[in-house]
Amino acid sequence: MDAIFLQFLNGLDKGSAYALIALGLTIIFGTLGVVNFAHGALFMIGAFCAVSVQKLLSFEKITLDETKLTAWGTPTEVKVHYIEEWFGSSGAVLVDNSVFVSLAVVIPFMMIFGYVMERGLIRHFYKRTHADQILVTFGLAIVLQEIVKAFYGANPIPQPAPEAFIGSTDIGVWFGMAENLVVYPIWRLVYFFFSMAVIAGVFIFLQFTTFGMVVRAGMTDRETVGLLGIDIDKRFTFMFGLAAAVTGAAGVMYTPVLSPNYHMGMDYLVLCFVVVVVGGMGSLGGAVLAGFLLGILQSFSAMNWIKEIVPGIDQVIIYLVAVVILLIRPRGLMGRKGVMEE
Amino acid sequence: MSDKNIFTSDISRRDVLKTGAKAGVVGASLVSAPFIISSSANAYTNDPGDAATVKLGFNVPQSGPYADEGADELRAFKLAVQHINGTGKDNGMLPTMKPISLKGNGINGKKVEFVTGDTQTKSDAARASAKSMIEKDGVVMVSGGSSSGVAIAVQGLCQEAGVIFMAGLTHSNDTTGKDKKANGFRHFFNAYMSGAALAPVLEKNYGKERNAYHLTADYTWGYTQEASIKKFTEDLGWNTVNAVKTPLAATDFSEYIAPVLNSGADVLVLNHYGGNMINSLTNAVQFGLRDKMINGKKFEIIVPLYSRLMAQGAGANVKGIYGSTNWHWSLQDEGSKAFVKSFGQEYGFPPSQAAHTCYVQTLLYADACQRAGTFNPCGVAEALEGHKFDGMGNGPTEYRAEDHQCFKDVLVVRGKENPSSEFDLLEVVEVTPRAQVEYAVDNEFFAGGELGQCNAG
Repeated sequence: MDAIFLQFLNGLDKGSAYALIALGLTIIFGTLGVVNFAHGALFMIGAFCAVSVQKLLSFEKITLDETKLTAWGTPTEVKVHYIEEWFGSSGAVLVDNSVFVSLAVVIPFMMIFGYVMERGLIRHFYKRTHADQILVTFGLAIVLQEIVKAFYGANPIPQPAPEAFIGSTDIGVWFGMAENLVVYPIWRLVYFFFSMAVIAGVFIFLQFTTFGMVVRAGMTDRETVGLLGIDIDKRFTFMFGLAAAVTGAAGVMYTPVLSPNYHMGMDYLVLCFVVVVVGGMGSLGGAVLAGFLLGILQSFSAMNWIKEIVPGIDQVIIYLVAVVILLIRPRGLMGRKGVMEE
Repeated sequence: MSDKNIFTSDISRRDVLKTGAKAGVVGASLVSAPFIISSSANAYTNDPGDAATVKLGFNVPQSGPYADEGADELRAFKLAVQHINGTGKDNGMLPTMKPISLKGNGINGKKVEFVTGDTQTKSDAARASAKSMIEKDGVVMVSGGSSSGVAIAVQGLCQEAGVIFMAGLTHSNDTTGKDKKANGFRHFFNAYMSGAALAPVLEKNYGKERNAYHLTADYTWGYTQEASIKKFTEDLGWNTVNAVKTPLAATDFSEYIAPVLNSGADVLVLNHYGGNMINSLTNAVQFGLRDKMINGKKFEIIVPLYSRLMAQGAGANVKGIYGSTNWHWSLQDEGSKAFVKSFGQEYGFPPSQAAHTCYVQTLLYADACQRAGTFNPCGVAEALEGHKFDGMGNGPTEYRAEDHQCFKDVLVVRGKENPSSEFDLLEVVEVTPRAQVEYAVDNEFFAGGELGQCNAG
């Protein structure tokens, strides 16, 4: 029982990441009709914004200690964080909470990044085929990840969670289980609640604001909205920026879960496309639902007794489920008629 | 291509060439060399003939998850070439290497040049790049690698093509076990040796009654390491609770770590390397495994194959965790000190174990060519087989003739509690003597496969 509960939590956690990335992907597809293969790269750029902010905050003043030599005969370098030298203990707090500082930086940054990407490149491909869109965005993804690799190297760069969120908590006790039965990392819980908040925020924005209403109308019938004298393109460009910001923020918050490296975006890209297709192309609710569903299934399939019955199931489960769902519901779980069917 | 030893006949051909050179046919030697090769019945692949230079091929992962390790290997190769040619700031391990025939003026009177390739940590890409080095660039030796899958693939290719393969970082038993080749040589240690070296330290620190849970990377190296560690820990009296294969492409290991929590295991063995190891270890620590008490015993994690570059990626999570390594820059023997000094002064940071093994392999190859007086792979192989040397960082070492595996001391290391710098992450706990990690040629973990005959092309 405790094992199932633990894997359920893992599934929610995995699902959070899938759902957030797939949500951004669906927003872009639903509004602009673009299949954005650079979306994984946006996740990665978000994560590396966190790395950069942390590096900036922990910029060090280097003094040479001539009395101590390194193993290769040069003076030892003594490093002190500038920020701690300037601001004392509050500087140290900033370094410790760099992930939250990054979040504040990354949202406007990714909005602008998304805006530039859409205006500079993507908009030239609206009238081209999906194959062309995939090629150009995939190319962009490769360029972005190679740039990151050139700056940061290929090895993962550890990003510790803030001191207060390090370690794990006995979550089983919350649900009346015995002590030490279900212990779960605190930051992963933070990540889950963060993603729930972001998902809720995006839905509220689309459902309860005039801007959101216009966007939804545009998603349903772009031409008619245009005829009403609304500049829907401008709003869609904003939505592209919003999708980039959601994905970037997901990347920032993910850094303490797994040390970011330059190909983390590609690792998630294919999975998230499966999520979007299973959820139904263009359906935001579908993307979130499928994200959590596949995350949970993936976690359950890694349980030892299931692997004993079907060896290797953990490696194919997502694709297997995708095939089954698409056979039963060709438009995905919540797909609408007419999307990607022209 | 035929498997024949043409060592002796080759010398006479070289003599003829030398006479020709004395007669004044010098200027066009570079151009005429291919013609001479093709006209000679006894030629070997990429015989440099009377050319003033000889070319080596360094095939390392320059992209993909092991790119940082590949970059470090490349730095070491460049340094080795400088030292062999006598163009470096110092002579590195040349003064400490014993015995030595190299004079710091190239190999057999020829200056060394090199070409590099990118393996991408993929077997097919690695083979393609090695093939191009051999066929287009005319290299006489290929070295490098950061994955056993790649090393085995390239070793097979070099055997077919008739050039020497000096393996870089490859830890699978199979490289010098069932997949061994007469043209391939490995200086790096292997999974079996890791098990043999670690077992006594584990017994001393964690006792004889432990329940181990293995997470294993799903490819050749993972399998051989799991089998080796299982054997040695079970010999101690440990029980193996479970051994689970994890996909090589996995990034988040939480769903594999979660079942460990209540499995009754009190030790987790991570048969992972590179990015896999960084992520699985990070996950294990996040799930509070290191703070757990099982049946009155503190839960422990073991990483049988450690690398400093990986330790950097895993950050503070490595503290107190045991593993084994081929070499570490903090060693105080003359050879290690000389290498760390050369490397540190050139690049500003200490070398990794991958860099060390690649540097040593290049010097060993060069020295063997010098001793054999030829670049003929069969002559070089003969010079390397059974060769005993010292002063290269691992104490007295021998290239065993029967399987082309180096036998030397193995280091047991532990993640340092209070690192003094970003490079000072591991501390050497024990230098396990060679005798303790040595095994018979017909050991079951290395069974199957034949060394075969050397191939000169």
